[in-house]
Amino acid sequence: MDNNITIHNMSYAFPGKRDSPVLSNVSMRVANGEFVSLIGSSGSGKSTLFKLLAGLLEPTHGTIEIPWVPEGKRLGQVAYMPQKDLLLSWRTVMENCMLPAELAPERQDKGRIHADILAGLDRFGLSGYAHAYPDELSGGMRQRVALLRTLLTGGQLMLLDEPFGALDALTKREMHRWLLELWEGLGKTVLFITHDIEEALLLSDRIILLNPGRQGQQLQDLTVPLPRPRHSDMIYEPALVQMRRRLEEQLHARR
Amino acid sequence: MREGNLGDCMKDNVRRWLTRYGPFLWLMLLLLVFWEWIVRMGWVPSFIIPAPTAIASSLYEHRYLLLATHLPATLMEVVVGFGLSIGAGIALATGMHMNRSIEKTLYPFIVISQTIPLIALSPVFILWFGYTQWSKVAVVFLIAFFPIVVSTYDGLRQGDPEQRELLLTMGASKWDIFCKLQVPLALPSFFSGLKMSVVYCVVGATIGEWLGGSKGLGYFSRRMSSNMNTDAMFAAIVLLSLLGIVLFVLIAWLEKRFGTRLHGGKRKTG
Repeated sequence: MDNNITIHNMSYAFPGKRDSPVLSNVSMRVANGEFVSLIGSSGSGKSTLFKLLAGLLEPTHGTIEIPWVPEGKRLGQVAYMPQKDLLLSWRTVMENCMLPAELAPERQDKGRIHADILAGLDRFGLSGYAHAYPDELSGGMRQRVALLRTLLTGGQLMLLDEPFGALDALTKREMHRWLLELWEGLGKTVLFITHDIEEALLLSDRIILLNPGRQGQQLQDLTVPLPRPRHSDMIYEPALVQMRRRLEEQLHARR
Repeated sequence: MREGNLGDCMKDNVRRWLTRYGPFLWLMLLLLVFWEWIVRMGWVPSFIIPAPTAIASSLYEHRYLLLATHLPATLMEVVVGFGLSIGAGIALATGMHMNRSIEKTLYPFIVISQTIPLIALSPVFILWFGYTQWSKVAVVFLIAFFPIVVSTYDGLRQGDPEQRELLLTMGASKWDIFCKLQVPLALPSFFSGLKMSVVYCVVGATIGEWLGGSKGLGYFSRRMSSNMNTDAMFAAIVLLSLLGIVLFVLIAWLEKRFGTRLHGGKRKTG
């Protein structure tokens, strides 16, 4: 079959709250190597969707199919980056980045990973910080370390939950550049939660709007009409400005 | 040039040490002088409170007996009792952490064990273990046990569920989460428990020795007090207090060396 990630008629309710599911009858399909952003008001179940995809939760109904992952064994197979950087404060940057390798079921070559991490830090503008502790870094630097750690889990599917939410505009732009470079180079599938429409338009192939509705989530699918490679000036293109206005109207109309 | 720098560095260290402990040392010195003066003036009879110099000379006079016989005996009781309670404390705290029903069943017993006045219980230990050192070890064990269990257990209960989830998505097993997340997070609390408990240990050993036996600083101080030899009694007390301080400093050093670095460090501008 194809290499698509398929979510079919999935519902999820927290235990003991069967009557008010967080997600109901969600179906979507993400192509291998695609960059898809999820936008939705808070409480629309985006983060829950990510936890389901990562394997932290199991759907109440419906199925999640990730072609290269055996059914029900998603934990440890999907790279997940939560909103907070969650760096372990007693480990140095290097030791934090070593964590995925330490936890991987198969033994890995430490020397090679060490070199990979140093190369990654270099690429993220963090060379010289390998032995710094997280509390010695700025917010943007910590976020970059967290992104590197997520990359090092090696998952083909990456779930990024508002990774740049807490960053200032300048750092954010830098991070976008890094992320796009990485994504174009590695061919990973990325699902990206954000509240920033501009960010979503600039980064993704497709945007999925999640709106809580009475009969389950209403998903709306929009393709971003921009060529690759992207650069930050593209947000001023007329087609994009128009799309942005439409998206914003839709988001606000639902509140 | 380099030697000059080294000298400056040493001078810096001494200065830092003096600003840290200077006020304490001055007050200590002042109190000792005042104490000596009061006794010398004859306001307090020396069999009630001996002068510091009298204590020092008594310490010197009994130095072989104190340092070769009684101090090692007390130290042995403290070390064995403390070691046993660390082992048992960690095991019990981990068990309670891993298994809710162990926690529900045993936690009340641990609390109850602390409400029993130790002084009242100690004669029972002598009944069980005789006038051997094991009866003292038992008192030390019981007194040290509670702070260690509670601090270790509380330390293990800490932890951010989000960090746990993140480790799970990286494929962590339950054991991985325990080793890589919970143990490091528990260490600060664990070391606080150790510091508290090691000081109690010296108290416990002294209580045990008071009740009977033939060795130990507690035994010595009691014998001297019944002989009205207050100087020697105070000498033993000074040694006991020093023992507690040394053990405390030792644990604090271990904490600095092996403990988890949770905060701190100077912020670099990023």
